[in-house]
Amino acid sequence: MLQPLQNVNQERMPALPANVDATLGLLERHDYVAERRLATAVFLALKLRRPLFLEGEAGVGKTEIAKVLAAGLSRPLVRLQCYEGLDTAAAVYEWNYPRQMIEIRLAEAAGGIERAELSHDIFTTRFLLRRPLLQALSPEDGKPPVLLIDELDRADEPFEAYLLEVLSDYQVTIPELGTIRAQTPPIVVITSNRTREIHDAIKRRCLYHWVDYPDARRELAIVRRKCPAASESLACEVVAFTQRLRALDLFKAPGIAETLDWAEALVALDRITLDPQTVADTLGALLKYQDDVAAITPDVAAKLLREAQPAA
Amino acid sequence: MSAAANLPGWGSHSRGHVADNVLYFVRVLRAAGLPLGPAKVIDALAAVEAVGVDNRTDFREALAAVLVSRREHLPIFEQAFDLFWRNPRLLEKMLAALLPKIHGRAADVDENLPARLAQAMLPQPPPSGRGEEQESELDAAFSFSAREVLQRKDFATMTAEELTEVKALLRKMKLPLPSRPVRRTTAAARGRAIDLRATLRGSVGAGGALTPLRYRARRRRPPPLCVLCDVSGSMDRYARMLLHFLHAITSDRHRVHVLTFGTRLTNITRHLRHRDVDVALGRVAGAVEDWAGGTRIGRCLTEFNRHWSRRLLGQNAVVLLISDGLDADAGDGLAFEAERLAKSCARLVWLNPLLRYSGFEARPAGIRALLPHVDDFLPVHNLETLTDLAKALAEPHARGNAALAFAN
Repeated sequence: MLQPLQNVNQERMPALPANVDATLGLLERHDYVAERRLATAVFLALKLRRPLFLEGEAGVGKTEIAKVLAAGLSRPLVRLQCYEGLDTAAAVYEWNYPRQMIEIRLAEAAGGIERAELSHDIFTTRFLLRRPLLQALSPEDGKPPVLLIDELDRADEPFEAYLLEVLSDYQVTIPELGTIRAQTPPIVVITSNRTREIHDAIKRRCLYHWVDYPDARRELAIVRRKCPAASESLACEVVAFTQRLRALDLFKAPGIAETLDWAEALVALDRITLDPQTVADTLGALLKYQDDVAAITPDVAAKLLREAQPAA
Repeated sequence: MSAAANLPGWGSHSRGHVADNVLYFVRVLRAAGLPLGPAKVIDALAAVEAVGVDNRTDFREALAAVLVSRREHLPIFEQAFDLFWRNPRLLEKMLAALLPKIHGRAADVDENLPARLAQAMLPQPPPSGRGEEQESELDAAFSFSAREVLQRKDFATMTAEELTEVKALLRKMKLPLPSRPVRRTTAAARGRAIDLRATLRGSVGAGGALTPLRYRARRRRPPPLCVLCDVSGSMDRYARMLLHFLHAITSDRHRVHVLTFGTRLTNITRHLRHRDVDVALGRVAGAVEDWAGGTRIGRCLTEFNRHWSRRLLGQNAVVLLISDGLDADAGDGLAFEAERLAKSCARLVWLNPLLRYSGFEARPAGIRALLPHVDDFLPVHNLETLTDLAKALAEPHARGNAALAFAN
């Protein structure tokens, strides 16, 4: 089953966007309010069939792009979460040892099996467990998926080195089976929180985009889209407050994910407007470091609030 | 083009003489830091034989193809080639003794030539008796340039003879960190986990019969290292030497990051990764703008904590803080940032050259602010202390106990 049947489901897959505007529209339809630079990077990645390398602070919507692309292009999403020590057995493939052992016992019981034949029999695709990278390169339904390699900075350098082969030729080598090459390359999205620098060799093969915090207008659009329960005025206040918070000298500025959390928290508390007490009570949704929470004293919060709320 | 025009003296010389020259040339390159084994001489001779010596360009490219294996070696090779093959007999003379001709040659030497190459070209053993006049002139020229260089802080052309030996030793130093187990595993005879894959393959090879179990164990490697090196005026002398040490331990393989600070923070990791130490230090000199200036440790640590710590201090990193702790801001805000730094890394080691004084007291405000938060407080003023560093770091440590020794 490793060589997938082609064009089985391909006609049901929407065509790739033809230009940047179409890409922007595609993301927009799936509730991702992207800036034009990001849409350009996404468009080029699709057009040039290059992996998209997204780097940025936590909570700015890097992973979301892969999900939106999968949904928008009707492709399955194959996700590989990276961690230290990630090896081929967890990332690419593993042999199904229990089944292989049973097969060997059976062969023994039957008797008269040639050594070479046995070796040939138990190292076949029947005994292969397919992990995310292999799934992405040779999808079972023939649909090239969206491959999300999430938080690559958490993996160690040997895995990065392994990825080079995968990303440059879209192929993996299984010693017992040979080289498996993707007939149609998957759409690859790599994200990194930059807890360490990713090697240049990887970056060179990718289209790089730094995902920044959104400006006020875009953030408001995101809040309106993702948290429709919040009233117009509350959304405005939340965004204005968060934007001013980011301008402060904080250890970890709140991301868009935090803004949305906060907006939802305020909705859950039935607030329709911000007041100093509410801000103090719910600051934990925005700031995740004690130093930062301590830095937002009631005075600072009140000042930010005055600026954030339009003069009544 | 004829050999006579481009390679003077070659036409009349025997094949054996060419071989000698190639051998010498490889030696020069080796002395200049190119990793060339004896087999390379044979390869080089084979290459020269294949292309002949009629065309200087072919000759040069043939040698380059064999002798250069990294892009950063190419400039060294080119400079050495130009210098060396202008007169093939020159180096013989240089190596044998200082003859009158050398005087003219030395004046020819490109001023920007990496110091290591210039030294590799010059004779190591002092000549006895002959040519004393020339020798003293050369010596004067070099010590003058050394002094000049010291003032201008141009590392690439620094040839202070008294430091050369120490630098050579520094360059051979290894990463002083003990390795720790990581999550990745490797085949091991006495591992804890069974390697099913290898076991099964063995079993198939034995025709399905029972085979001994194979095992895997955790691989070990040193943790990432982050070095914060003070390059302010008071640290100048040490920082310059330590850069040679830092260059030796900075490589892609070892996860080492080096930042300098004085009045501002500069990440010099990329420059140090250049394999050639002269070029690397030259680039560092270009990148560090606050060399031998003031110190604002607190501000630089703030910047580090904010912009770099999350990128560099993952995976149980160890931080080496190289500083005398003399702070222009009198330790303002330093304690807070030092605490944050200590909490962001697995181990905070402070190397302080001032510790060489037996009567060292933690008086200055900067030192008092830093000391409670560091895990180790070690001297770093000579080769011996650097060698001991590996030993000290191999020992298990308790967090933040460095201050105990100075608690008074």
